Amino acid sequence: MSATIVLLLAVFGASCVESVEALTIVLASGTTRGWRSAMEGTVTALVVLGVLVGGVGVPLIHYVPIDTLRVVVGALLLVLGLSWLRKAILRASGHKAKHDEDAIYQKTSESLRTDGAPPRRRDGVGFAVAFKGVFLEGMEVVLIVISLGASQHKLGDAAAAAAAAVVVVTAAGLIVARQLSSVPENTIKTVVGIMLTSFGLFWVGEGAGVHWPGSDLAIPVLIGVFAVVTAGAVTLLKAQVEPAAPAGVPAAGADERAAS
Amino acid sequence: MEAVGRAVRAFGHFWVDFLVGDTPELFVAMLVLVGLAFALRHDHVVAVVLLPVLAAAALVGSAWRGRTRPSRRSRR
Repeated sequence: MSATIVLLLAVFGASCVESVEALTIVLASGTTRGWRSAMEGTVTALVVLGVLVGGVGVPLIHYVPIDTLRVVVGALLLVLGLSWLRKAILRASGHKAKHDEDAIYQKTSESLRTDGAPPRRRDGVGFAVAFKGVFLEGMEVVLIVISLGASQHKLGDAAAAAAAAVVVVTAAGLIVARQLSSVPENTIKTVVGIMLTSFGLFWVGEGAGVHWPGSDLAIPVLIGVFAVVTAGAVTLLKAQVEPAAPAGVPAAGADERAAS
Repeated sequence: MEAVGRAVRAFGHFWVDFLVGDTPELFVAMLVLVGLAFALRHDHVVAVVLLPVLAAAALVGSAWRGRTRPSRRSRR
């Protein structure tokens, strides 16, 4: 039961983060190149991602031994979770620039405007930009949905949680009208990173034959352990930031890549 | 044929970027953790303690490696 709740929260959170990033690109494409092509690109990408979940996830559940599946997806989740957490720690401690949706929106809009005026009906550039944005951001979600869903035989629930996140973020995006930078993306990424890392380690152990004390109850314990480690790492690294750097601004020489 | 080659290269590039990216140490840590999980599968207590500790150490070590080092001027 606890594992299912954590699974749904992890998928929902991860989908929220990626949906915010995708929505920024779709909004930039829609406002500069026209909404029709942007919407067509978005829907096409969502359909392709849905087919991937069904086409890859369902055979995995039926044909791959559960222990093998758990080790493989656990390893994938571990790498993904650790790298998300690493980025979140570096951003929270001021060693890396925070993901700025407003800046991404401006940059994407400007590059689309330089491609000339959009045609009256269908616009290939607008379609391609929206499709690529949604497809690439959605791929990580697909991997998380397939990994978590398949290893617990809850692919439908995981896919539903991802779809709910897309709906919630889209609705919020339409209401706040582009103020996506106010979404606490790094906080969500930290929480999801902790969940993915905990799930990953749990499944790797389970698949290899390690018995965790309390079975599924070990997952909340692992989440607590990684939450404490993350908080400690942020505190440790905050003390390493150059004193001259203003709060929230990475110090000189910081890795400026803000891409997720 | 060329399109198939491009698609295969893009697929391979995606996985290398996804698994290794700019943090090869985390990929190595994952391999070590999987290996350890199998090696310690009969020694549950050690595995249950060691796996989270090593994962946490890999995370902190990787974040430490990615930190901004203070410039020489600010260190004086």
